Amino acid sequence: MAEYPIHEYDVLVVGAGGAGLRAAIEAANAGCKTGVITKSLLGKAHTVMAEGGMAAAMGNVDDRDNWRVHFADTMRGGQYLNHCRMAELHAKEAPARVYELEAWGAIFDRTPDGRILQRNFGGHRYPRLAHVGDRTGLEMIRTLQDHAIHQGIDVYAEHTIVILLMDGNRCVGAFGYDRERGRFKIFHAKAVVLATGGVGRAFQVTSNSWEYTADGQALAYNAGAALLDMEFVQFHPTGMVWPPSVKGILVTEGVRGEGGVLRNKDGKRFMFDDIPDNYKSSTADNPEEGWRYTQGDKSARRPPELLTRDHVARCITREVKAGRGSPHGGVFLDIAWIKEKIPNSIEHIKKKLPSMYHQFKQLADLDITKEPMEVGPTTHYIMGGIQVDGDTQMSSVDGLFAAGECAAGLHGANRLGGNSLSDLLVFGKRAGEYAAKFAKERWAGKLDQAQVDDAAKIALAPFERGAAGENPFAVQSELQNAMQGLVGIVRLENEMQQAIEKVSALRARAANAGITGHREYNTGWHTAIDLDNMLSISEIIALAAIERKESRGGHFRDDYPDKSAEWAKYNLRVTKGGDGRPKVERVPVVPLTDEMKLVIEENK
Amino acid sequence: MADKATFRIWRGGNGTGHFVDYATAISPGMVVLDAVHGIQAADANDMAVRWNCKAGKCGSCSAEINGKPRLMCMTRLNTLDLSVPVTVEPMKTFPHVRDLVTDVSWNYRVKTKIQKFKPRKPDAPDGTWRVQQADVDRPQEFRKCIECFLCQDVCHVLRDHNLHEEFIGPRFLIYTAQLEMNPLDTGDRLKDLKDRDGIGYCNITKCCTKVCPEEIKITDNAIIPLKERVVDEFFDPLGGLFKIIR
Ligand SMILES: Cc1cc2nc3c(=O)[nH]c(=O)nc-3n(C[C@H](O)[C@H](O)[C@H](O)COP(=O)(O)OP(=O)(O)OC[C@H]3O[C@@H](n4cnc5c(N)ncnc54)[C@H](O)[C@@H]3O)c2cc1C
Ligand code: SF4
Ligand code: SF4
Ligand code: FES
Repeated sequence: MAEYPIHEYDVLVVGAGGAGLRAAIEAANAGCKTGVITKSLLGKAHTVMAEGGMAAAMGNVDDRDNWRVHFADTMRGGQYLNHCRMAELHAKEAPARVYELEAWGAIFDRTPDGRILQRNFGGHRYPRLAHVGDRTGLEMIRTLQDHAIHQGIDVYAEHTIVILLMDGNRCVGAFGYDRERGRFKIFHAKAVVLATGGVGRAFQVTSNSWEYTADGQALAYNAGAALLDMEFVQFHPTGMVWPPSVKGILVTEGVRGEGGVLRNKDGKRFMFDDIPDNYKSSTADNPEEGWRYTQGDKSARRPPELLTRDHVARCITREVKAGRGSPHGGVFLDIAWIKEKIPNSIEHIKKKLPSMYHQFKQLADLDITKEPMEVGPTTHYIMGGIQVDGDTQMSSVDGLFAAGECAAGLHGANRLGGNSLSDLLVFGKRAGEYAAKFAKERWAGKLDQAQVDDAAKIALAPFERGAAGENPFAVQSELQNAMQGLVGIVRLENEMQQAIEKVSALRARAANAGITGHREYNTGWHTAIDLDNMLSISEIIALAAIERKESRGGHFRDDYPDKSAEWAKYNLRVTKGGDGRPKVERVPVVPLTDEMKLVIEENK
Repeated sequence: MADKATFRIWRGGNGTGHFVDYATAISPGMVVLDAVHGIQAADANDMAVRWNCKAGKCGSCSAEINGKPRLMCMTRLNTLDLSVPVTVEPMKTFPHVRDLVTDVSWNYRVKTKIQKFKPRKPDAPDGTWRVQQADVDRPQEFRKCIECFLCQDVCHVLRDHNLHEEFIGPRFLIYTAQLEMNPLDTGDRLKDLKDRDGIGYCNITKCCTKVCPEEIKITDNAIIPLKERVVDEFFDPLGGLFKIIR
């Protein structure tokens, strides 16, 4: 039996993106000894990549905005499967969280009267996204990071957690290894917050990085926590499609917010052809009105390019399938056309969308101020995740909290752009606050060496198989193909069944993964360990998607193309059954209060 | 473009190592990071390399490509001469860990020493501030920094003279500049810059500016103005007199 160093904490936060850092700051400020773990270096988590902005009804640009409108927008965008209490808290608390960032050193773009500027985004009625050009995520993570390093928090950079440690139904810590040296460590904690982000690496075309291997979802599931809404994966309508090596990299919705339009190969703005009924009254029916909206005309309605992401992504897929796509299998996104409208358009575009300008210039030899881009859908975000209490963010496991992308609830069937960054702050703070409270009220639980030893043995097994074992990268890549092709943007029952068979075959191969070399910074080893999480969660996504026999939000089924009133009543919950297999159940959607119903009605 | 190219990659750990040549398939639009990933997936599963965003936003994939400090994810193969092997090495200024990965923890330690942001009292009763865009354009330029540490890698004060204890390097000079030029900030870091952070070591070679992938004008817009402020504060006799009278 091996001895591993034990690190003691009141609150352990797994993840150093926006949610994790905000949680850690809150826990540390509450007087808790707090540790943060991240697979990457500090400041490199996914949050750094966010572009467009964070949604908060501050009303700086349009004073008609307030939490009620934001709440109603979020619920409509999520097709009413959202946890309504979370949507309410989010809409009410987001402004304070944004101002707090400013107090910690963030510098947002300004309005002419010197307040925080807000921009238009899909599904948000008023200009609502606080932003810094198109690098808002960088501003956010850097602000949190620079603030956190002065709060007495211990940061374990380049460490990976492989299991949660349990004392009965209580989470009492986590076990992991440092990537640099490959040494195992035990983290003993009174409360644990998961803030590990998403699952995008399970798909082939994605805007997500190597980190998004569904770790948090799998850690929680294996510890007995319930997952919710796992069928709802967001395919962002605009990822790069060419050159091949950048396929999937995100093109921010901000391009459309600034007046960019979508066209097919015939030059037609196809989005005008398909405006869903519940958005008809708030969507422009001619290009001129749409343009005025993007330029801040309060009497204008939004252009159809700014409809919700699920809808825009499907319209693009339809154009491509009908043979009206661009040369490399996407459609055209044109911002250069605004030169017809504003004299200094080149400078304007560079100022508003600097990183998009660079991204295309450097990676695709294309000048977006002069030519249209080619774009197509890319796997972007998962609405589903760990089921949590709306107020405290505690999961169904005692002492285990979750916040950010790895948690479920706020977004329902579809997330509005900009609602993630604000989610991280609002619920990151809450998770930190309640984890700290929990830690203060409880004794530390007991560690069980057997759990640690098992996990270490499983983690090290790929070394024993060596070069004779399966190449972990090959298994990963086959999984990505299967999920992309069979559980992607348009789904069919029999295809998803195939995906499940494929996943179980891959699971057998993953169990036989082998690697060579040492434990020091061995990316092959890291990939082999991550495989299990990706496979478990991929299967769960497919199972939930098979179960939901309708189309709603991010989940679109060709065999059930319509929304069903019956399915509007349920979320799908997945837990590990007694047989060790995932158990999928319907649970009633959290009911709206009378006041919420009123708010939704008044914003129809 | 040829359909195969050779990459000469530094392999090994803790400072020891050697170049290994790998031939790999290439396709239009590829960047160096793609080639490295292709090699890793097929021939060298255990090769250590950092990356996250693949779009020049996270600053993880810094390396020296044909001797030049660059981001691997933003270096297109069609900008390189592929008739000869492309060398890919870890950054030299930081302790080596393994293959392309270096120990950049020194940078994180340096940052914690710098006085943190301290805002003035809010301007409005609701606890918010009023700031004009023109007044934050400059600090926003510095806040574009993705902490790739390529400027630190290239700066001769660190790279050749190893003055890591005396000099914070260009990255943290712009970090300090960003705080000093933030109209809301009330801190004063000039004494630290002079005494502890070693701003005097910088002799304005501008090598840092040349490698910055964010095109931040590190020297002209941050270091030189900071140097001027330090001089005004501590060395200008009239300025000093003015202070006493005031
Ligand atoms: C390109 C792009 C642009 C986006 N733009 C926007 C936008 O404009 N507005 C918006 O609201 N949203 C946007 N999003 C979505 C949003 O950025 C993410 O959903 C959000 O940043 C996730 O934050 P997080 O804190 O939950 O997780 P992350 O920031 O992803 O952090 C996860 C952390 O968990 C760590 N971790 C994971 N697994 C483990 C493990 N096993 N052990 C230890 N640590 C672990 C990781 O290392 C990392 O530190 C964008 C996303 C992408 C990809
Ligand atoms: S200008 Fe100064 S900081 Fe920049 S590389 Fe030269 S000496 Fe270093
Ligand atoms: S200033 Fe530029 S080169 Fe230096 S760390 Fe920041 S982004 Fe990199
Ligand atoms: S991978 Fe993020 S900068 Fe290269």
